[in-house]
Amino acid sequence: MLDLLFLVFLFPLLGFFVLAVSRGHISERTTNVIGIGAVGLAALTTALVGYTFLTTIPTGGAYTQLLWQWMDVPGFHPEFALRLDALSLVMISVVTGVGFLIVLFSAWYMHGEEGYSRFFAYMNLFITSMLFLVLADDLLFVYFGWEGVGLCSYLLIGFLYKDAENGSAARKAFLVTRIGDVAFAIGMWLLVKELGTLNIQDMVAAAHEHWAVGSGVATAAALLLLGGACGKSAQFPLQTWLPDAMAGPTPVSALLHAATMVIAGVYLIARTHGLFLLSPVAMQTVAVIGATTLLIAGLCALAQTDIKRVLAYSTMSQIGYMFLALGVGAWGGAIFHVMTHAFFKALLFLASGSVILACHHEQQMARMGGLRKKLPLTFWSFVAGGAALAAIPPSAGFFSKDAIIHLSYVSGHHGLWLCAIFGAFLTALYTARMIYLTFFGEYRGTTPDAHGHGGEVHRPTGLAHHIPLTVLIIASVVGGFWGLKLIDVLPAAPSGEQPMWLEALPLIVSFAGIAIAWPLFMTFGKTTERLTHHGFGNAIRTLWLHAMGFDWLWDRLLVKPWYWAARFGRRDATDIFGRAVLETGFTHANQLIALTQNGRVRWYAASIGLGAVLILAAVIYS
Amino acid sequence: MDSGILLVILLAVPFVGGLLCWLVERIDKNLPRWVGLLTMLTVLGLALYAWATGDYSLTLLGPEHKWVSEFQAAWIPRFGISFHLALDGLSLLLTLLTGLLGVMAVACSWKEIFHRSGFFYMNLMWNFFGVIGVFLAVDLFLFFFFWEMMLVPMFFLIALWGHDIPHGPNRLYAAIKYFMFTQASGLLMLIAILALVFVHYQSTGVLTFDYDALLGTAMSSTVEFWIMLGFFFAFLVKLPSVPFHTWLPDAHGQAPTAGSVDLAGVMLKTAAYGFIRYGIAMFPEASAQIAPYAMWLGVFSILWGAALSFAQNDMKRLVAYMSVSHMGFILVGVYAGTAQALQGVMITMLSHGISSAGLFILTGEIYERLHTRDFRNMGGLWGRFPYLPPIALFFAMASLGLPGMGNFVGEFLILLGTFKADPAVAVGASLGLITAICYALIYLQRAYYGPPQQTGKLLDLNRRELATLATLMAVLLWLGIHPNEFLHTSAATMEATSHVYLQGSAYTGVATR
Repeated sequence: MLDLLFLVFLFPLLGFFVLAVSRGHISERTTNVIGIGAVGLAALTTALVGYTFLTTIPTGGAYTQLLWQWMDVPGFHPEFALRLDALSLVMISVVTGVGFLIVLFSAWYMHGEEGYSRFFAYMNLFITSMLFLVLADDLLFVYFGWEGVGLCSYLLIGFLYKDAENGSAARKAFLVTRIGDVAFAIGMWLLVKELGTLNIQDMVAAAHEHWAVGSGVATAAALLLLGGACGKSAQFPLQTWLPDAMAGPTPVSALLHAATMVIAGVYLIARTHGLFLLSPVAMQTVAVIGATTLLIAGLCALAQTDIKRVLAYSTMSQIGYMFLALGVGAWGGAIFHVMTHAFFKALLFLASGSVILACHHEQQMARMGGLRKKLPLTFWSFVAGGAALAAIPPSAGFFSKDAIIHLSYVSGHHGLWLCAIFGAFLTALYTARMIYLTFFGEYRGTTPDAHGHGGEVHRPTGLAHHIPLTVLIIASVVGGFWGLKLIDVLPAAPSGEQPMWLEALPLIVSFAGIAIAWPLFMTFGKTTERLTHHGFGNAIRTLWLHAMGFDWLWDRLLVKPWYWAARFGRRDATDIFGRAVLETGFTHANQLIALTQNGRVRWYAASIGLGAVLILAAVIYS
Repeated sequence: MDSGILLVILLAVPFVGGLLCWLVERIDKNLPRWVGLLTMLTVLGLALYAWATGDYSLTLLGPEHKWVSEFQAAWIPRFGISFHLALDGLSLLLTLLTGLLGVMAVACSWKEIFHRSGFFYMNLMWNFFGVIGVFLAVDLFLFFFFWEMMLVPMFFLIALWGHDIPHGPNRLYAAIKYFMFTQASGLLMLIAILALVFVHYQSTGVLTFDYDALLGTAMSSTVEFWIMLGFFFAFLVKLPSVPFHTWLPDAHGQAPTAGSVDLAGVMLKTAAYGFIRYGIAMFPEASAQIAPYAMWLGVFSILWGAALSFAQNDMKRLVAYMSVSHMGFILVGVYAGTAQALQGVMITMLSHGISSAGLFILTGEIYERLHTRDFRNMGGLWGRFPYLPPIALFFAMASLGLPGMGNFVGEFLILLGTFKADPAVAVGASLGLITAICYALIYLQRAYYGPPQQTGKLLDLNRRELATLATLMAVLLWLGIHPNEFLHTSAATMEATSHVYLQGSAYTGVATR
């Protein structure tokens, strides 16, 4: 049964191919059959393969399937090979399982949109790329999927192509992640140069053979891979693309920017953990980046007015927790959080899609409110997802996040632990704010605005809407009880004791956040608003609203100089050579020589004579 | 079939085909394109035959040089000039590329050229004749002959069938500029060839232009350096590299579509071929001396070409500058000189030929429908065609080096090999992977995305156009996911060249597998 592994990615790949070639010649119904069916078959295959794997674990805890050799050049032989072990099994289950629900939801969300089959083609290609990424046994094959994911994010964010804003958000996502990808690529060249292979298992084994713990090369290689991970996972300082990526249709946000694409970086570090273990510096950097990002994102989320942007920042901060976990050596904890986060974040995004469509494409929370009664399923989705996000027991998020906070303390990173606690408080605060503003109080969008957004709420109907939300509610609530057995693949977590009252602290701050949010944003909402629109409060709010100024910074550092160079070069400054030297030079030389052709016989005779003298002189003197 | 004769036929077919094209125009105006198509299909078929039947696993580079197949006949014996053709993996793959793109060039001119079509196809065929001659000649005089042979038909293609873009230089200007640049640089090469032959004559007393004989000529390092420089600049202009690239955008901007396909797809490859066959293989030590400068020049070409590409308003000029950027990778890879980098150069030559041909063909097709190439008059084309925009997306992705397409394999191997030779250069060149995103995405955005300027469907690609583009896409994917057929073909030559260049000594030959 395990040899069916390649079918997992083949189904969505074929789905993509058929939909891409058909180019709008097929109905929505046929598109559904192909687009959703392909992902469904992939999920079924995953279940089958996973069941076989778990019942009879292959020797060494892993099954590899060689497809073919990719390139054959001296000293470098990357292969297209798949590797199924406990880690990749978790990942393909998340990708195909959650992916299937999201694709199903898309059938409801995208109904009647232009380019319906194109959307499903892109979704299928995305899932294929993600499967390549997590199944690959060779770093170059990982990179194959990695770039494919980048492409699909570009295509899906810019799906509504007629709006130039969407195009710009799409390009930003592709470009910023590509910056990280280049670091990843350089890391691979370094690994090939030093170790001669990119096969992950061989590479890690060779690294342990050749490099001592703390060696400079190991640190360099690990940091370069980390650069790639930061780009895809939207971590500091490459986090700026994620909020803008919300320009895509909401199921896209759920699939790419919550449940799958952004966890690629976490997966990469977990997969190459052997390399990171050789470099304490790199590990420390991972943890610090995670802690920094989770604080930045938590603060930014507090100031957002767009419901999807709140979720975007919350994603960023949850990935920050995963990085923190990786950095402190809680490998399994990070992957556990990847899984639970996929459940509850997909749920929250899909539910926000439900809200947005119900309010006629309104995304501003200021024009929502009171939707609790009007959209009960959506409301309960938000409650379940929000509880998991804020780590309230017994939801899935509680187990995974609590484990991370606990392990960061017992591994001795007390400063980072404090960041994580503060982050937990922020998470609860912004989650509660979002839910209060959207679902409580009075409905504030009764009249449509200039774009036709808002107005009468209409309740979503259809199984394609209800099933994904219901399944994900269940997964978000009970998913935490499903322990992962990753010990075959990942090293054990650090162990140690923690005082009882510290143990309870995350829970306390979470409840505190939820409690404080109500008076802060609902009872005294007007006061809070007034405070944050004047003087110092306004400055802070603006800073948080605009992502701590990182966009501004990158704009000054990279975008402006690039435009300047392009403008400067538009007329091609180097063409001076062509124009000045060749054109003018030749024209002048031509004019000069043309002077000799003046029609005077005397002149011609004189030059013949001069020539003869010169030749004679040359003959005599040589 | 005797494989030596095959080489002569490979050359004779486009020559005779070209003459026929010219002659049959009197019978029927539509006949020349059929003759042209048949000619290039024959060339492609012959090249495929040579690929299928030859054994490309062994090459010796040095006095004992063994070619996969060769043909030699006396031409001007007094000066040691002979009609010497030979084939190895490198020249075979480039000949294949020429055959493939030749078919595409004819196909994309099918409805574009009716004015004096016989003479047009003759020029096109004779240009391919010159290009194939460059790839097959292993006598330096013969090589130079073909090198110059390529220029004249291309000059006519641009000057007679080109476009005059509004507010820009006219096509005659572009044609003359192209001719002057390449002619002037060819002169440098001629001087270098003659110097080399004389040096060889002085040291051995044998007057010969033969490649194998001249390989490894003993000379002082100063002399080697100056002779190398003559070749180096000729190839640098033809490649082209910054700052000698300025003829290229003008030539492309004005050339007919087939001319651009030919120019970007195969003619630029003659320079890359020249670097490998003549530059680093004949003058390993002198080349190693200038390698750092050459590589950094390549890095600069990558970035400068990308920045200029990004800034263009004319679709064809954007693609032209894109080529400048890609050729920078070739320069970097050649002078890094490791076997990995040279194999990467091989794949990049093929992939860039195909992807830029694809983009030029698409530009021609858009021009046929919109009568403009100016981005300011486009936008929102995505909704107006079913098939053209996604195909453009495919080629744009290939250009930015997305895995799955050949360009990625080429660029990755080049940079991987360069990292071994000089990490700093590789890191500098890797910035080109970021800048590639800028031009490829701005191309898509300005043409296909954004608010449409007009509504209404446009005539989509017909079967001929779809078939051409689909073929190119298929080959690009082949190069991208299973490039070993190509890599194995060129392995022997590239590994031998790399050995000669890095060790500074003749490669005395082992079968590579």
